[in-house]
Amino acid sequence: MSRRNRVNDPDTDIGGPARKFPETNRSAIVAIRSEEPHVRQRAFGTILDSYWKPVYKYIRLKWNVDNEDAKDLTQDFFGNAFQKNYFADYDAAKASFQTFLRTCVDGFIANQRKSQQRLKRGGGLEHISLDFQGADNELAIHPPSPNLSPEQFFEREWVRNVFAVAVETLRKKCDDTNNQIRFHLFERYDLEESTEKVSYAALANEFGLTTTTVTNQLAAARREFRKIVLDKLRETTASDEEFQNQARDLLGVEVI
Amino acid sequence: MKWISDTKIDHLRALASQPDLSVTKYTIVKELARGGMGTVYLAEDSELARQVAIKVLNPEVVDEDDRQRMLREAQVIARLEHPGIVPVHDVGVLDDGRIYYAMKYVRGRRLDEFVAQGDSINDRLRKFQAVCDAVAFAHSNGVVHRDLKPQNIMIGAFGEVLVLDWGVAKLIQGGGDPWTGRRGDAETGRTGDEDATVLSPRLPVSPSPGPPVSPSLSADGTIIGTLGYMAPEQARGETQLVDERSDVYSLGVILYFLLTKQPPKPRADDSHLRRPREFDSKITKQAEAVCLKAMSVDRSQRYERAIDLSADIGRLLDGEPVSAYREGVVDKLGRWLSKNRFLVLLVLTYLLMRIILLFTSGR
Repeated sequence: MSRRNRVNDPDTDIGGPARKFPETNRSAIVAIRSEEPHVRQRAFGTILDSYWKPVYKYIRLKWNVDNEDAKDLTQDFFGNAFQKNYFADYDAAKASFQTFLRTCVDGFIANQRKSQQRLKRGGGLEHISLDFQGADNELAIHPPSPNLSPEQFFEREWVRNVFAVAVETLRKKCDDTNNQIRFHLFERYDLEESTEKVSYAALANEFGLTTTTVTNQLAAARREFRKIVLDKLRETTASDEEFQNQARDLLGVEVI
Repeated sequence: MKWISDTKIDHLRALASQPDLSVTKYTIVKELARGGMGTVYLAEDSELARQVAIKVLNPEVVDEDDRQRMLREAQVIARLEHPGIVPVHDVGVLDDGRIYYAMKYVRGRRLDEFVAQGDSINDRLRKFQAVCDAVAFAHSNGVVHRDLKPQNIMIGAFGEVLVLDWGVAKLIQGGGDPWTGRRGDAETGRTGDEDATVLSPRLPVSPSPGPPVSPSLSADGTIIGTLGYMAPEQARGETQLVDERSDVYSLGVILYFLLTKQPPKPRADDSHLRRPREFDSKITKQAEAVCLKAMSVDRSQRYERAIDLSADIGRLLDGEPVSAYREGVVDKLGRWLSKNRFLVLLVLTYLLMRIILLFTSGR
């Protein structure tokens, strides 16, 4: 996913130019209200990472628009959201951020249609480069289940995106620490879509490791993965309570 | 970014919800079972390089009472040192405050899986006797299991029998503590209204005429255990009446299952239990009587102790008379013939040969 032109701030890219990961777990939802433009930009980048793809797919499904219109609407929505600081109005006491965001998207598109401004969309807005082709391919290969409402689909896609971002973050972290073997084991054992489950012993044989090393590396990868997922949740929630609720929804358990 | 399927999302969700054992010497391999209070994982012990089962308190139940219960559960199991009871190796606290304990990882089959494989009735009775002995040992230490069922009994790779899941066990009055000498009535597992189990409307079946037993929550207790294997007094939530005889009832239901290969159920026309011999005429009257005595609705009619039930099973296996069945002359003769079938065969063969000889020499 390229974001070179997103907001003229390379730090908003995943890991930044030096591929360093943010040290802070500060909530992006809180940071979006900052007086400091660079803090707001960073926070916006975090929100964009987590939500652009679910929003794009949601627009296509809920508003029944073709891919070109959906791309423009997604671009315009996030462009406007950043320029007009929509997300600063979020109140965690009223709803989850996903629900708030989805309501914002619906309101934005309804207004666009009403005033026919969609035809002159993009005026004065920064262009955001997003991997729409990838999202379209996903929709073509894995069409939404007819049993899901657009809102449920949006929630599911958000979860999928959180995990996908976390997996990608784990990969980069393993690369940065020169521990690629850890990610490869995680990828083989926990991510690979296969009907036959590979055993630890088979993995040990395949990678030339002992079974104990495989066990330890996989345990470390899973610990790190869990930490990344929780960090991502902290970044996109505004309060401890909301974070706990999100963690419960996403992981099915309380997070202590 | 790679697309992640719904199946993998569920898998990753389970992974991310696993406890962090980095402060221990254990590393999680996979989840084995999840219960209301704790989750059991297969884990690797890095120091001893062996696999263990680790039970970790679920994060949603982490108040002080839950911690104490979990700790108590580990202590109860740890003190029951018996070949038929899964041993506890270690207990500790995770960084997030959750209690865990490590126990032997039992490889083998559950009793219900073992039964499905079609061993002889005598083989099944021998396994059952081993279960009775383990439960009797717990009773002698003042511990009532309260959730005995085939799914909580494992048959190990070498035929050893292990009783698992002592999570809802209860310390009872009258049981002696071999370590402290104390007797107690403290609950070791879940108890009190805060842990009320939601019940399904399955009725425990009654082997004898009487009022139907309907499971319900009572004012003085909580229903703990598994309906169908639960004694009537337990199903009614009369916790003050739950004692060794409640486990004996559950053992009776397990015996019924072992004999008939199915859990007890009433006949279609009424609420009375179908007797084991209705399923299989090879089941002896004595075995049926032992089973039905253990399953008596009236607890005073049951075996008082699991060791008494075990003794009757031993007698069954040895072809001796059992306490649960008053034998007539025909029964005694039948049992004697069955016990001495080789001798009888020998005598009959001898007599037949004599008759043939007599017949041929007379010609």
